[in-house]
Amino acid sequence: MSTSFWINGEQQTVDVDPSKPLLWVIREQLALTGTKFGCGIAQCGACTVHIDGQAMRSCVTPISRVEGRQVTTIEGLRSDDGELHPLQQAWIEHQVPQCGYCQAGQLMSASALLSNNPSPSDADIDAAMSGNICRCGMYGRIREAIKTTSVASATHEKLFYNGAEVENV
Amino acid sequence: MSKLTRRAFISAAAVAGGGVVIGIAMRPGNQVKDLAAKLGDESEGLVHTYIKIDSDNLVTAIVPHSEMGQGVHTALGQMLAEELDADWDQVKVEEAPAIGEYATYSAGRRYLLSGIDFPNLVIPTVDGMMMNVADMLNLQITGGSMSVRTTGILAMRIAGAATREMMQTAAADAWGVPVDEVSTGDSHVAHGPSDRREPYAAFAAAVAEMTPSQTPTFKDPADYKIVGTYVPRRDIPAKVDGSAQFALDVRLPDMAYASVVRSPVPGGSVAAVDDAAARAIEGVVDVVLIPQSSVGGMLGETISSEAVAVVADSYWTANRAVQALNITWSETGFESVSSDDIYAQFERDISAKTERETDRKAGETESAFASAARVLDADYHVPFLAHTCMEPLNATADVKSDSAEIWVGCQNPLGFRRDVASILGMDPENVTLNNHIMGGGFGRKARPDYAMQVALLSRAVGRPVQLIWSREEDVRQDFYRPAVQSRFRAAFDSDDNLIAWENTYTNKNEPIEAPLIPYSVPAQDIGYVSSPVHIPFGAWRSVDHSQHGFFTESFIDEAANAAGKDPYEFRAELLQNSPRHLAVLTRVAKEAQWTRPLPAGRGRGISLQESFGSLVAQVVEVTVADGQVAVERVVAVIDPGLAVAPDGIAAQLESGIIYGLTAALHGEISIENGAVAQSNFDDYKSVRMNEAPLIETYVINSGHDIGGAGEPGTPGIAPALANAVFDATGLRIRQLPLGNFDLNYQAEESGVVG
Repeated sequence: MSTSFWINGEQQTVDVDPSKPLLWVIREQLALTGTKFGCGIAQCGACTVHIDGQAMRSCVTPISRVEGRQVTTIEGLRSDDGELHPLQQAWIEHQVPQCGYCQAGQLMSASALLSNNPSPSDADIDAAMSGNICRCGMYGRIREAIKTTSVASATHEKLFYNGAEVENV
Repeated sequence: MSKLTRRAFISAAAVAGGGVVIGIAMRPGNQVKDLAAKLGDESEGLVHTYIKIDSDNLVTAIVPHSEMGQGVHTALGQMLAEELDADWDQVKVEEAPAIGEYATYSAGRRYLLSGIDFPNLVIPTVDGMMMNVADMLNLQITGGSMSVRTTGILAMRIAGAATREMMQTAAADAWGVPVDEVSTGDSHVAHGPSDRREPYAAFAAAVAEMTPSQTPTFKDPADYKIVGTYVPRRDIPAKVDGSAQFALDVRLPDMAYASVVRSPVPGGSVAAVDDAAARAIEGVVDVVLIPQSSVGGMLGETISSEAVAVVADSYWTANRAVQALNITWSETGFESVSSDDIYAQFERDISAKTERETDRKAGETESAFASAARVLDADYHVPFLAHTCMEPLNATADVKSDSAEIWVGCQNPLGFRRDVASILGMDPENVTLNNHIMGGGFGRKARPDYAMQVALLSRAVGRPVQLIWSREEDVRQDFYRPAVQSRFRAAFDSDDNLIAWENTYTNKNEPIEAPLIPYSVPAQDIGYVSSPVHIPFGAWRSVDHSQHGFFTESFIDEAANAAGKDPYEFRAELLQNSPRHLAVLTRVAKEAQWTRPLPAGRGRGISLQESFGSLVAQVVEVTVADGQVAVERVVAVIDPGLAVAPDGIAAQLESGIIYGLTAALHGEISIENGAVAQSNFDDYKSVRMNEAPLIETYVINSGHDIGGAGEPGTPGIAPALANAVFDATGLRIRQLPLGNFDLNYQAEESGVVG
């Protein structure tokens, strides 16, 4: 059975089992490997993509559910002219990734958050980002990168995450 | 190649296109007599790493270490570039291919020569010091927080400094000027008086004819421009746009996908398989029985138990088909074992003290306890833990009749190549291993079982196969941080001085010094008993420090409380002969404002832990409300000797703290009916954004030998947290994870949790 949907602005039609999760269609049929497998049960967020602008866990989303809808993956997060998304730039500025495996999902969750709420509070960030596990534990850097990208960044307190204070003795 | 391996410990040679390559090599008979005696002939040398300078003046360092998130390539590149006086923007670091010439010889050399400091992943016990050269040749380990301390110190710095000296000499010869008038900087040589300046590449051919110094002069650290400064990691841009290539991202023509399952009880084999339902699923290619195999080596034995795999046109299909298999597993004899049984066994073995081995014996503990005004005793225990790297175990293989190619992310590429070759019955020379960046490693990806499985699957179906472990398989088939019990007694004299420390725990691994304490207690008796379990052991970030850090730094807090003293001041008094430790402890107390009063319900705890050559002190602030603990703030101070990459150190501290916090709050692999009860992130929880504390990090460059960074942040968080809970509630936490306990309820029962 075929399913047609839009991915990163291009229309795609795939002929697969309608219950096959979107994650595996993206990775196997479309060979877009930036979206990761982490748990298979919507617990870790590594597979997060946007469906019509909302952050969704592609590992539990049957392909039939995206018929006619807009799917964005990490490969489509850049602007049309190729510029990195401001969050991607902030991720580099704050040296967020360590192993990097969860970061596509983190960025997709964070970008969905900011598009709905340009000035998230700490509680908003907790609510939007707690579905994404980072086993390298870079939560502090992720939080600060989101804050500096948001319009309210000027009001935030001192950053602790861009390097330790170093003393030579 | 032969020139490099035969001639010297460090050597130079020309490469095509007008560049030069500098190899750090081991010449048989050169450094280590015991090892040299086992080498066959002069050709069996080891080249450790290459530094290449191209005709366009680009410096490339090829290093034998894997990237699993720790930023090692950037730190090693900094060390090379600093001594070379290179232009950092024109330095590239690449991971070495998995061929024998890149064995991490320096990791071995350091412990062979010093006998005390060796990588924790390499040798399970001190008895493993006896090695043979075959193992050495297949050692390409990233672990033990060792890369900067070994390859960085013993290879990158030497190569950089020796090359800089050769460049100066070559320029002086060419220009006819005294060598001490030739300066270096930004990958150029210059002569001020005659206003000459040329790129290093201009002298590559001349340098290739020279013999590098094995004892070059290093820079004064005060002159460092690259080491110790902030430089962005080179691997990060590809990790924010989805282009970074993990092993899971390998795509080959005609590639099939596989999922696998092993016996829930470790060591079980397959008695019978009904695969009719699995084979009936559309897209299934084959159902394959993978026999048990075991491989040895310096990591200790890895037993890869029998498994059943399904190969299909999609991972989704393969994994559904695995779940449709009806497998009868053989009896192992462990089917009735539970975590409670294991803890009861630990209790018996610790009480019996049969064949107790000693780690440290000082003073007269027996007479100290006999004469003590007061004795404090306590039993602690911690559960098994899984690694749960974000990237589930996976590997891809394309096995032909006489050769094989493997794509994997692992912490020991040469060892994996050897083990895959062994299971295929091939010469390692016929196996090509492509190592990828890892989505976390934490010690798990030093075990080759998953790569061995996929090799057999590809051979069975005659086409490329990508094997992906489900998260459930990843949690249930790990090599686990062991469950451990630890029993303490402390003796005090009538002035509340701590005069004796006695500790007996179960099952020693390494590092050997993990249970030792830095405090000057006159009488000490620290030792262990063996209490074997059927759950396989694995190195887990910080290995034995992960449990002993919690045990010793909690019990010293109990001792402080028993003595009626402030936990910081009590420790500080016992560190008067250890100024380096005292400095770290004092600094963390200062940064955390240790004496600042806290509101009710809030508590503060401290810890100090030396591990992998670095010292880390932590202060944790918590709020306890409604029986639950919230971690508000962590202040961490590290003395790594010298922070090569300060932001990398900060990131590793943050990472190690969150990794340890997950274990302290949630981490528990429990055993039911002989099997692991947990399966995925829903029942084996990780700290998430909403639980992550604010972490402040401070670095002291004390000038001591460079220590590790990847692991030292982990051991100290659990005790500092437990000590903070005690400060807030008066409840002493003697078991982890904390999340198991309702701190309100426990308060009504007794003053002790666990």
